[in-house]
Amino acid sequence: MTQRLVVIGAGMASGRALEELFKRAPDAYDVTLFGAEPRGNYNRIMLSPVLSGEKTYEEIVTHDAAWYADHGVTCRFGEPVTGIDRARKLVITEQGETPYDKLIMASGSTPFIIPIPGHDLPGVISYRDLDDTNVMIAVAEKPGAKAVVIGGGLLGLEAAAGLRLRGMDVTVVHLMGHLMERQLDEAAGYLLRKELVGRGIKVMCSSNSKEIYGDGRVEGLRLENGTELPCDLLVMAVGIRPNVALAKEAGLAVGRGIHIDDQCVTSDADILSVGECVEHDGATFGLVAPIFDMAKVLAATLACEDAAYRPKPVSTKLKVTGVDLFSAGDFAEGDDREDIVFRDPARGVYKRLVLRGDRILGAVMYGDTADGNWFFQHINDGTDVSEMRDTLIFGPAFQGGAPLDPMAAVAALPDEAEICGCNGICKGEIVEAIKDGATNLGAVRTVTKASGSCGTCTGLVEQVLAVTLGDAFVLPTAQPVCGCTDLTHEDVRRLIKSQELKSMQAVWQELGWKTTCGCHVCRPALNFYLLADWPLDYRDDPQSRFVNERNHANIQKDGTYSVVPRMWGGITTADELRAIADAADKYQVPTVKVTGGQRIDLLGVKKEDLPRIWADLGKAGLVSGHAYSKGLRTVKTCVGTDHCRFGTQDSTGLGIKLEQALWGSWTPHKVKLAVSGCPRNCAEATCKDVGIICVDSGYQVGVGGAAGMDLKETERLGDVATEQEAIDLTIAFVQLYREHAKYLDRPYKWVAKVGLDWVKAQVVEDANNRQALIDRFALSQSIYQKDPWAERANPDVQRAWSPLETVKLEAAE
Amino acid sequence: MTHWIDIGRLDDIPVRGARVVKTGAGCVAVFRTGADEVFALDDRCPHKGGPLSEGIVHGRSVTCPLHNWVFAFESGEAQGTDEGRVATYAVRIESGRLLLDASRLATRSAA
Repeated sequence: MTQRLVVIGAGMASGRALEELFKRAPDAYDVTLFGAEPRGNYNRIMLSPVLSGEKTYEEIVTHDAAWYADHGVTCRFGEPVTGIDRARKLVITEQGETPYDKLIMASGSTPFIIPIPGHDLPGVISYRDLDDTNVMIAVAEKPGAKAVVIGGGLLGLEAAAGLRLRGMDVTVVHLMGHLMERQLDEAAGYLLRKELVGRGIKVMCSSNSKEIYGDGRVEGLRLENGTELPCDLLVMAVGIRPNVALAKEAGLAVGRGIHIDDQCVTSDADILSVGECVEHDGATFGLVAPIFDMAKVLAATLACEDAAYRPKPVSTKLKVTGVDLFSAGDFAEGDDREDIVFRDPARGVYKRLVLRGDRILGAVMYGDTADGNWFFQHINDGTDVSEMRDTLIFGPAFQGGAPLDPMAAVAALPDEAEICGCNGICKGEIVEAIKDGATNLGAVRTVTKASGSCGTCTGLVEQVLAVTLGDAFVLPTAQPVCGCTDLTHEDVRRLIKSQELKSMQAVWQELGWKTTCGCHVCRPALNFYLLADWPLDYRDDPQSRFVNERNHANIQKDGTYSVVPRMWGGITTADELRAIADAADKYQVPTVKVTGGQRIDLLGVKKEDLPRIWADLGKAGLVSGHAYSKGLRTVKTCVGTDHCRFGTQDSTGLGIKLEQALWGSWTPHKVKLAVSGCPRNCAEATCKDVGIICVDSGYQVGVGGAAGMDLKETERLGDVATEQEAIDLTIAFVQLYREHAKYLDRPYKWVAKVGLDWVKAQVVEDANNRQALIDRFALSQSIYQKDPWAERANPDVQRAWSPLETVKLEAAE
Repeated sequence: MTHWIDIGRLDDIPVRGARVVKTGAGCVAVFRTGADEVFALDDRCPHKGGPLSEGIVHGRSVTCPLHNWVFAFESGEAQGTDEGRVATYAVRIESGRLLLDASRLATRSAA
């Protein structure tokens, strides 16, 4: 006998379930289908092409009137179900009651609307169905219309891309640090962002929405940080919530979704459920693949066949034309997991496989996803990939293929390609010199000057040697930054500048980093290179800094810190000394010591006391002495003409001016200065990074001294007549060092590599270049010359630096 | 038997950073990775007692700020040629809150 089957919800889940059911048992049920939307089933995931104009609604309809008629389905579209009477087995609508023998709940989900002020203004919509899509298309027709999309997930980005194609000015606001964080790792998120920005979409990550404003209609979005984004349309695409109200009212077991078992049966044996409204084994669903799997199981259950739903890894593709992106399985990092990472910066390709033992657990791909399904197959099958591991990342076509020639890129360069920027030497000139007998780096340097100046192109010159000479040339093994890359510090600095890499992610991706987020060796170096080269674009990352620079104090062997306030040029006052003494008493500082750089060091301060002691010192006008930084430390001075009978110039005054100009700047390693008022050199200026000796005729500026692991006297950069010229030379030298030196090379090491002649040419002989260096230093100081203690001497930092929680252990008492 | 205690919010810990939980028997460092996973380890390097919570976090590991020993979060084992191990504790995220298993803390302090 034919049973009555009633279906609530005419979406993709029930559509697929009915198709599967009719395949198995075409005549077993008499079907009545209720849908809240006034239309039948269409392919909801293809709404994005409808929005972008690449498809029409008619093209995405999956079940038309004829299909329903052919299968004898009674359609009750536009008729919302208001209740279920499980005792009498009836479905209730405004039109009346409909009896069932079996009932399918496929009520789907509703978009989550963030309840911020203004969320109910007209013009604020979600992106869920054809009606939403039509609203978006209508607003986009207004010339110059602006849209804000809240949510940088799958749906939000599809909406943003579609609206952009419709000609709108689109901004995506995303709460998390990178786009599509649930499906992508940071590297792929970076590439995706780059692509979208390239299409003219503004992307704001780590941004929290505060309120939607507008008079009677949406006019814009205000962020927590105060930024206002004017808009004519605001799309919220921040997630979905299973629709469970009806099921809950009917008394079915409901958690986040409607509870179903492996057979898709709810807590009522005659009610089944499928789609985004269900919860199976603690999980809810938003992607189509598992839902279609479930629909199959539900149909089998109704057809009295044995079947069970088993969750499988899912894969995701973004449906934005021209964006190739694929993610599948589990790609979190782990001790027992290994990564195989492939990056092709030129093509914008990133592929990452996550393996555990001999099995692939997950895959993230961007730019070239042709092999995505092949990897996905192996994830699902749990294939043993040990045999093909070496070439696995290249996909099925490359199994057994020859590895790529690393020299190919240099070999492919044309003769007129510039290799050495300092001296303007092209590849052709170097090749010619090599053919004329210059068969090693030194000889090429002598003949052509290539790599003879700042040295950052040394690696390139060696590669030209290798390509030209073939086996006759053995590449010296350059020391890479760390295990995360094969590139040297010099390579990385050059590429950050030439490729305009302005974020960690950009460096990791474009330079082919082998790890996901670097290590303790490369991260501090990259953080410095980026902030030195792109002061306006790059944001300093405290988590990539060594503890001292993160906490603005020097960690001691017992985990306490030392605090050194700045004393400009070594000059202090009775008031400052009193404040320091009071602080030493108040915070029970065990040791107070005078440093070699003429400062007072308070040793043994607890981390949670740092913000408080800084606040106290700040009240007396004392700022951070940066005694912990790879940056300007101290300018040591003698008393000069103020008091000394031998003094020739105001060495103290010059020292104070230099310190006030240079403090707060980050440098590749620490930088210490001194100014002596006469050649007796009481300030010991001739072993400093920059040391100035005052003489009757002016100032002798020396650089590259050392009195640490190595002992070295400064070399004369230049002699100048005025104080201002001495300051200019010093600043230009420090900026040149900031722009070119390897991280953790003190100036003397760097000068030895590039040669004092080159430094003189840049700083002394070329007045325009000197001024340009000074200007760039000033730009950087406009960002970084801030007292870090004052910025942190507040209760928020104090809280963040205190223990998260204090646990009393009852068992131990 | 596990005994979950609420120690704060995930957002209280910076990404690729750490905070400490003070106990009667020393501090526990709670780390947050770039992928928003959390791990809890003794905040004391077995080498010279450095505070691991102040180290640089990379992948699922941290580098001790004093002498650059690297520890894996899951096993607590020192990496590379260094030999040593720090205790690990179960910690999990539930609705943005951090829950730490205090049962092992208790046995540690009793031991």
